[in-house]
Amino acid sequence: MSFFKKLKEKIAKQADTVTEKFKRGLEKTRDSFAGKVNDLIARYRKVDEEFFEELEEILIASDVGVATVMDFIDELKMEVKRRNIQDPKEMYSVISEKLIDIYQTSGDETTELNIQPNGLTVILFVGVNGVGKTTTIGKLAYKLKNEGKKVMLAAGDTFRAGAIEQLEVWGERVGVEVIKQSAGSDPAAVMYDAIQAAKSRNVDILLCDTAGRLQNKVNLMKELEKVKRVIEREVPGAPHEVLLVLDATTGQNAMSQAKTFKEATNVTGIVLTKLDGTAKGGIVLAIRHELNIPVKFVGLGEKMDDLEPFNAEQFVYGLFSTFMEREETQGE
Amino acid sequence: MAFEGLADRLQHVMNKIRGKGKVTEADVKEMMREVRLALLEADVNFKVVKDFVKKVSERAIGQEVMKSLTPGQQVIKVVKEELTELMGGENSKIAVASRPPTVVMMVGLQGAGKTTTTGKLANLLRKKHNRKPLLVAADIYRPAAIKQLETLGKQLNIPVFSLGDQVSPVEIAKQAIAKAKEEHHDYVLIDTAGRLHIDEALMDELKQIKEVTKPDEIFLVVDAMTGQDAVNVAQSFNEQLGLTGVILTKLDGDTRGGAALSIKAVTNTPIKFVGMGEKLDALEPFHPERMASRILGMGDVLTLIEKAQAAVDEEKAKELEQKMRTASFTLDDFLEQLGQVRKLGPLDEILKMLPGANKVKGLNNLQIDEKQISRVEAIIRSMTKEEKMNPDIINSSRKKRIAKGSGTTVQDVNRLLKQFDEMKKMMKMMTTMPKGKKKGFRFPFM
Repeated sequence: MSFFKKLKEKIAKQADTVTEKFKRGLEKTRDSFAGKVNDLIARYRKVDEEFFEELEEILIASDVGVATVMDFIDELKMEVKRRNIQDPKEMYSVISEKLIDIYQTSGDETTELNIQPNGLTVILFVGVNGVGKTTTIGKLAYKLKNEGKKVMLAAGDTFRAGAIEQLEVWGERVGVEVIKQSAGSDPAAVMYDAIQAAKSRNVDILLCDTAGRLQNKVNLMKELEKVKRVIEREVPGAPHEVLLVLDATTGQNAMSQAKTFKEATNVTGIVLTKLDGTAKGGIVLAIRHELNIPVKFVGLGEKMDDLEPFNAEQFVYGLFSTFMEREETQGE
Repeated sequence: MAFEGLADRLQHVMNKIRGKGKVTEADVKEMMREVRLALLEADVNFKVVKDFVKKVSERAIGQEVMKSLTPGQQVIKVVKEELTELMGGENSKIAVASRPPTVVMMVGLQGAGKTTTTGKLANLLRKKHNRKPLLVAADIYRPAAIKQLETLGKQLNIPVFSLGDQVSPVEIAKQAIAKAKEEHHDYVLIDTAGRLHIDEALMDELKQIKEVTKPDEIFLVVDAMTGQDAVNVAQSFNEQLGLTGVILTKLDGDTRGGAALSIKAVTNTPIKFVGMGEKLDALEPFHPERMASRILGMGDVLTLIEKAQAAVDEEKAKELEQKMRTASFTLDDFLEQLGQVRKLGPLDEILKMLPGANKVKGLNNLQIDEKQISRVEAIIRSMTKEEKMNPDIINSSRKKRIAKGSGTTVQDVNRLLKQFDEMKKMMKMMTTMPKGKKKGFRFPFM
């Protein structure tokens, strides 16, 4: 049985609604990738240099990242040589096997948040401007509250106009408390306040918002380090998670973001937002491949419940499903 | 994965070719592969890259490169020329309606920076063009988006029109224009909600706003970090609304910004402005040539030169030079000099504009401590007039007073005095050198 068949059966057992959401969210992605590969394989009679070049382009078009694509193509070429493949149709199985490999060699797949069984869990959100940090916090608060947790939000974006109000609206919607200070105040002080409040009110999970910052602004990254230090000092072992929020439409710069934020705050996971557009979020592959930071959640829409735990299998299935179905009929 | 500029990439190929004496077509092909990779790494859309490389190849194989003694440089030259050409001319004009108010609609994806850019644009219109803009809060969907625009309006002291988040954006836009006419605003800037280009309902809403307001400009606000998808976004917005211009945001980050090229190529709409920071005056005209250098990873010397010219007062520089020659350079003069350097902007940003600066070992991690300069300034400012004219009179009790006044230590004061002393000695040496050899002067400590 092919890998894809197994994968498909496994997914079939999972809740249909979630799979549907993934499929819908990735509709555009899948269509373009799978469609293009099918088209490519149909057009070529021989697996040659030009074939690889086109395949390379298809992968690059999904923002996977040039370095990752080059590695991938090199591996494919070796495999083709080893098996002495000439007919492009045989490429279906080779391509899919190697694609899955990239995902799997990236290490353990834990999308579970590191939530403390007893006492306060602190989750810090970081990222560049406009990726959707505040919205993600709102969605995650809703999710955790529904799981029966007592959640509190810390309005650490004291810089951007309207950011505190935005988080407050989310707090009202979800029905959780928001700890804030006035605009322009020291974000580290807000965190300090929020932790004290969370402790005294027996909160389970504190979600900390921070202002968006471009990763090359040294001063702002230092400020973020300070925020983290304050949290570390006030709650031993905290922050239990540092989630980097990434916009799926971002190109190669996402790698630089992941790298720099990891250095400054030791990022433990990624939230990939805006995956409901035509953007492919392929850079996640490269980030997992090169930095080994797992994706924990994906944002698939604007509604309160549009945040899903990342499921590598579903992501792969959503990304390449048309392609896989084809492989099943072709390959066996 | 470090980004490699085109120059570095081509260097690899050149090393192989060196000694061969002649550049073959295969060599050019290999160079073209590097050009292609450099552009792809910079997020230029692959289709755009394909067409582009084809065009450059033709020129390269035809004549210019193969016959050249320095084919690598020649390739860069051709690539840069073609890139600049593709990027179009400079155009940062904003339309003026024959019958005011001029209506400008701001559209784009979520998180591109529409609201901030709307504020910046209003500021620019008022400051540079002497206009009286009205901001319109038409983003009723994102929580606190209206509040964000209102806060910006307050900071800029520019009025914001809002009907809350229960009225449709079309109605808001309509009433805003009536209000603008009534109050004689000559520009109306409509901040719309971020939306996906495939969201039909919301795209229809934009079409309706367009119909009702008959905008003179529709600006697409795009995040400079956008990847391959920039093409789809720009194309879709352009087809559905007919864009008149593009504003690229967050260009103060370290992205190469290849999206700029992609957008220009598919929409053929001019990129008018770029967002260069979080402050409300950080909106600059778009310079195609500089963008071309940036995409290729070749530094941004032109911006640096321009900044230096704007910041350094030539008269004062001459005066200073005179003082240095006659060795009458005082701590006061030094203070002024520091001020001029700082006017260039944050020092680490200046460094980044230098080509190759990110390649120099150690320099990429070098963080110039702005605070150190502030400390020096504080120390000098804490001195009396007499002390500044004649630092020799500063004894230990004066040092203590200066340290206290500037919030530093006596050691800091000592260090500064010593450095200043050495600097003066150096100047003396310079002035004894034959004239003509010392054109211009260097900033000390730099």
